[in-house]
Amino acid sequence: MLSSMLLGRYIPGNSIVHKLDPRAKLISVLLFMIIVFFANHWVGYGLLILFVLSVTKLAGLSIRFLFNGLKLIFILLIFTFLMHLFLTKGGTVLIDGGFFTIESEGLITGIYITIRLVLLVIITTLMTLTTSPIELTDAIEKLCKPLKSIKVPVHEIAMMMSISLRFIPTLMDETEKIIKAQSARGSTFMTGSLIKRINALVPIFIPLFMSAFKRAEEMAVAMEVRGYQGDAGRTHYRVLSWKNRDTIALIVLLLFGALLLFVRQ
Amino acid sequence: MITLNNIAFKYRDDEVYALDHISIRFNSGEWTSIIGHNGSGKSTLVKIIMGIIEEYEGDIYVDGELLNIESKQTLRRKFAIVFQNPDNQFVGATVEDDVAFGLENLGLDRAEMVKRTEHALGLVNMLDFRKHEPHRLSGGQKQRVAIAGALAMKPEVLILDEATSMLDPSGRKEVLSILSELHERLDTTILFITHDLTEIAESDKVIVMNNGQIVAEGSLEEVYKDKNLLLESNLKVPYTMEISDALLDGSYMTHEELVRRL
Repeated sequence: MLSSMLLGRYIPGNSIVHKLDPRAKLISVLLFMIIVFFANHWVGYGLLILFVLSVTKLAGLSIRFLFNGLKLIFILLIFTFLMHLFLTKGGTVLIDGGFFTIESEGLITGIYITIRLVLLVIITTLMTLTTSPIELTDAIEKLCKPLKSIKVPVHEIAMMMSISLRFIPTLMDETEKIIKAQSARGSTFMTGSLIKRINALVPIFIPLFMSAFKRAEEMAVAMEVRGYQGDAGRTHYRVLSWKNRDTIALIVLLLFGALLLFVRQ
Repeated sequence: MITLNNIAFKYRDDEVYALDHISIRFNSGEWTSIIGHNGSGKSTLVKIIMGIIEEYEGDIYVDGELLNIESKQTLRRKFAIVFQNPDNQFVGATVEDDVAFGLENLGLDRAEMVKRTEHALGLVNMLDFRKHEPHRLSGGQKQRVAIAGALAMKPEVLILDEATSMLDPSGRKEVLSILSELHERLDTTILFITHDLTEIAESDKVIVMNNGQIVAEGSLEEVYKDKNLLLESNLKVPYTMEISDALLDGSYMTHEELVRRL
């Protein structure tokens, strides 16, 4: 179940969406979050669905693949739908079950809001699927640069993010090693009551934290002797280059937003 | 090029000196190995040279210039160091990012960084792996990347602090053969710190440390003359020496020489 989970994963590829500048993708997702709210009846929602389907196609991914990977999230969304179905009142009564009623307004709002959330989940997943974490970190650093003038340590935050990302696989391996070592000593993690299982995690986390601190200390020394002194006077090896296609992508998105406003009732 | 004069250092709350008034000279172009068991003071020595430990007694001169708080930043650029744990010194998200990390800190322009990164990766035969992420590399490959990162800084001295001790035998061999190639081809000055006597065959000069003191210093042959001293320093004498001792005259010889003589 977890291995097919797509949230936050990156799948390398060569599609046009992969090639877009990460800044363009990040801005687009933020814009899309606003644009989604422009739609207020079925034509708008239809256009939104069409748009997301085309982006998926352009990214070289299939909708079935996305749905399989996001199943867990969609199960959560069914709850949102049910809440609206039962709690939003108005319009004609469709079903009168005595202590509850389902009214047409509830059904319609439920469907619309669920579509909206599904589309948002898909579009953000498309971004993370087509952008490597380090590119995203770079994009965030570049886009947040103006915040430096109000003393936000943008460079330091980006550096921390990229080092954490780099350490995820290392710490995963370590966790596995510790679990094996503790199992060899007779610990069990998968049986017993919930409280028992949570307690069994303590002997995993303590050695994990210990080693993470040790790693952090060694890393700090290694960075220092390699001349790291923070942001001042530092140049960048990885550069992001904004191309025409990035501008075009943003213009297309804005035009799409305008179209949605136009069909709005 | 590096001169240590009467260096002494005690860790806080410790009775004994971790380094007990030692003096050493490292010459440029030489491969110097410092060998000693755990706690002999060899890593403390590196920390002092790199300026990580600052409150020591004695003076250090680098190219005739005194190492102190003011000169630390500039003098430190003359050294590059590779540490023991391959994972904990890999800063970049990919191989090339990691090699470029030190260059970014120097504030070089991008064209120069690309040139130096490529060159350094070529020297350690890792150019094909430039886009790889660290978790897809073996320990030996990670250490080779670390060496490339060090070389890209164009240091005068390459310091390796137990850089092979966490590697498997094949990784160890990889790293050692890259180092001897660099030493032969480019005359790189190498300061190699280890506890394993089998790894120092290439050195021009060997320094044996025990309890914070230098107990022997000289060429391989000279150091091996006094085997009891090596044993007293808790070092494991390589098997070639034991065979030479039992069957031949007990002088230092490499594996090939031993085979030939036998």
